[in-house]
Amino acid sequence: MSQLFENRGFVVPGDVLAEGNLRSGENTYRLHGKIHATRVGLVEYSRGVVSVIALEANYEPRIGEIVIGSVVDVDLSGWVANIEGPSLALLNVVDALDEPFKPEMALPSIFDLGDLIVAKVVSLGRDGTPKLSTLGSNLGRVVGGRLVRMTPSKIPRLIGKKGSMVNMIIKETGCQIVIGQNGIILVNSKERDMEDLVVQVLQKIESEAHTTGLTNRIYEFIREMKEKRKR
Amino acid sequence: MSPTKRKLIVDGVRLDGRKVDEVRPMKIECGVLPNANGSSYVEQGRNKILVGVFGPREMHPKHLADLRKAVLRCRYHMAPFSTDPRRSPAPSRRDTELSMVIRNALEPALFLERYPRASIDVFAEILEADGSTRCACTVAASVALVDAGIPMRDLVVACSAGKVNGEIVLDLNDIEDKEGEADLPVAYMPKLGKVTLLQMDGVLTQEEFDRSLKLALEGCKKIYEFQKEALKMKYGKQEEKESVEQD
Amino acid sequence: MSSRIEVVSRLNRARISAALSQGKREDGRGLSDLRAVKIKKNVLDKAEGSAEVLLGDTRVIVGVKIDKGEPFSDTPNQAVLTVNAEFTPIASPAFEPGPPDEASVELARVVDRGIRSSEAIDLEKYCIVPGKIVYVIFVDIFILNHSGNLIDASALASVAALMSTKLPKYTFKEDKLEFLEAHEPLELQDLPITVSIGKIGDNLIVDPTMDEEDIMDTRVTVAVNKNGYICALQKSGSAGLDLEEVKKATNIACEKATEIRKLLMES
Repeated sequence: MSQLFENRGFVVPGDVLAEGNLRSGENTYRLHGKIHATRVGLVEYSRGVVSVIALEANYEPRIGEIVIGSVVDVDLSGWVANIEGPSLALLNVVDALDEPFKPEMALPSIFDLGDLIVAKVVSLGRDGTPKLSTLGSNLGRVVGGRLVRMTPSKIPRLIGKKGSMVNMIIKETGCQIVIGQNGIILVNSKERDMEDLVVQVLQKIESEAHTTGLTNRIYEFIREMKEKRKR
Repeated sequence: MSPTKRKLIVDGVRLDGRKVDEVRPMKIECGVLPNANGSSYVEQGRNKILVGVFGPREMHPKHLADLRKAVLRCRYHMAPFSTDPRRSPAPSRRDTELSMVIRNALEPALFLERYPRASIDVFAEILEADGSTRCACTVAASVALVDAGIPMRDLVVACSAGKVNGEIVLDLNDIEDKEGEADLPVAYMPKLGKVTLLQMDGVLTQEEFDRSLKLALEGCKKIYEFQKEALKMKYGKQEEKESVEQD
Repeated sequence: MSSRIEVVSRLNRARISAALSQGKREDGRGLSDLRAVKIKKNVLDKAEGSAEVLLGDTRVIVGVKIDKGEPFSDTPNQAVLTVNAEFTPIASPAFEPGPPDEASVELARVVDRGIRSSEAIDLEKYCIVPGKIVYVIFVDIFILNHSGNLIDASALASVAALMSTKLPKYTFKEDKLEFLEAHEPLELQDLPITVSIGKIGDNLIVDPTMDEEDIMDTRVTVAVNKNGYICALQKSGSAGLDLEEVKKATNIACEKATEIRKLLMES
C-alpha cells in the first residue's frame, strides 16, 4: 500500500493520493488501481480509507439534512424551492400541512413566492431531485433574521463536535442561529451588534475551517469583540 | 506571401525577449468574482481573462436539459476593447467555435453523470487578447471549476506551440500566431495523460508536429504548477504538517 | 415554472424597510452616503483609454477605442461618439448571455446622454476632414460584478476612461490620411457625474445596493455637469414620484456629484 502524500497534505483534483488496497473515500475516485482526488482540499488517510477534506465543495443534498431555501414557484400541489443545489427542490402540500388538504386552501397563503423556508430533505428522486418537508419543530417559514452564505463543506466545522461550536456561539452572543446544510445560515437577534458579530464569526470560520483549535480561537474572538463593545 | 517576411526570432530571441521554449509570464488568481460559484483571473503575457462558473444548477430553459447528465455550457467572449482594432460585441463564428472547443476540452474532466438535468455554466470574458487565448481560457476555466467546488477527474491545462520563422516555439503570442507558419493549441489532463483539445492551423511536417506537440505538453506541465499555486494561495499555508502515519 | 428571475425573499423587504424607518441602511450607511469608491485608470493596454471602478462591490471596467470613419450625415462636422454596455454573465447569475437587454441598453444610453449633453467632448474639434473623416470614439462598458447601482459606476468609469484616453494623431495631406506616429490626450471640457437615487416608501436613498434595488419603487438618475447644472435625467421603474420628491432627488444629486467629481479628479 502506498500513501503518496503526507496526512493532511494539500491536494488538487487529479492528484494521485494512493495506489493499491486503500479504499476510496469522500472526494476521491479510483481508476486503474490509483485513487485520485476530485476536489481541492486536505488528504486524509485513516483506517484504510483515503479521503479528501474539501476546501471547496458544491452542495449535494442528502436525506435528513436541514436546508434553507427560497420559494421560486407555487403550483396546484405544492411549491418549488431553490436550495442552491444541482436541482430545484419540491415541497408537496401534504408535507407542509399538519391537517388534511382542502381544495379551498390557497397555497400562497401558506408559503408564497419569495418566502424563505427551513425544511428537511426527506427523499431524493431518481434524478436527484430533493423532496422537502416542513413538518416538524423548527421547520417552516422564516419570519425574521439575516442570511449568511458559507461553503457547504465547512458547515460541519460550524456545528462542531456534537454542536460544540455553534452552541458556544449561541450562548456567547444570545443570537438565534439556524444552520442549513446547503450553506445558508439564518442569524437572528434583537441586537443588531450581536448579529453583526455573528456574521463576522461566520466569515472567520469560513476562512479557517480547516485549522485546529478553532473553537477556542472563536471563543476568544467573541470575548474580545464584546469587550471592545463595552468600551 | 510578402517578399520580405518580418524576422520574429533573431539569434534565438523572440520579439518579446523570450527564448523559443519559454512560456509568457503568468499570474493566476482564484475566487475573484463574488457573484459566481467559482471564478479565476489569468494573465499570460498581455492576455487578461476572467472566468466565472455557475452550477451545477437546474438547467434553464428546461427543454435543453439532459435527463441523464449535467450539460456543460461554455461561452468564449471577447470584450470590444480586447483587440486592436476594436471588435464588435456580437458573437462571431470564431467565438462559437472556440466556445465549443473549450467545452470539449473541459468535459472529460467533469463527472457530468452526477447531476442529471443540471447545467454547469462557464463564462470566459477576455479583457485583453494577445494570442493563444483559447489556451489561457481553458487554464482559467479549470481553476474556476475547482474554485466552485465541482468534482473533477483532473485539472485541465493548455498551452500552444507552433512554428515561427522556421523554428518550433512555445506559447505563441498574437504576432507569432498571425505571422508564423503554424499554431498548435493543446489542452491536457496531466494526471490522466489525456489530450482534450488539439487543433492546428498552418503547415507542419510529421516530425515538426511531433516536436511541437511535445513542446506544448512541456508548456502544459509548467502552467500546471501555476494552477496549483493559485489554488494553494487561496488558502494560505493550509497544509497541516502531521507525522506521516505508517501502514 | 417561473423564469429565472432572482426572487427576493420577503425577509429583505422587511429588514430594509425597518432600517430605513430609523434613518439607516442595511450596511450602516446614511440615506445619502455612497459606498467606498475606487477608481483606477489605464488598466487595459490595447485600449486607447481605460478605467476600472469599484463602487462597494460593484465592479465595472470601461475601454475606450479610437478609430476613424465617416461622420453621420446629419452631423458631418462632428466626431462620432458611441457608448455600449455589456452585462456580462460573470457579473451575476441573473445575467444571461445574449444580445443587450433593455436594462443594458438603457444604461448605455443614459451614460451617453450625460457625456453628450455636457459636451464633455468637443465633437467638432475631433473632426479630421469635414464631411468625410472624423474620429470615432467607442466607449465600451463591461460589468464585471453586479452589486447594485450599475449606472453610476459605469458613468464614472466611462468618464475616467475618457480622461485617460490618448488619440492617435492624423493629418490629411494630398487626399490621404496619414498617421503621425504620435498620440495626444483627449481633451475634456467637462466631467459629468451621474448620481442615482432610489425611492423606497417615503425614503430617497443614494447609491442603492442590489437588495435595495430589488425592492425599490423607482429610481431617478441625474447627470450633473461641472457647473452644477443637470445635463441628463432618467426615471427608471414603474412607480410614480411626486414633485417634491423629484426636487429633493435632484438637489441631493447635485450635492453628491461635487463629492464624486472630487474623487475622480484626485484619481
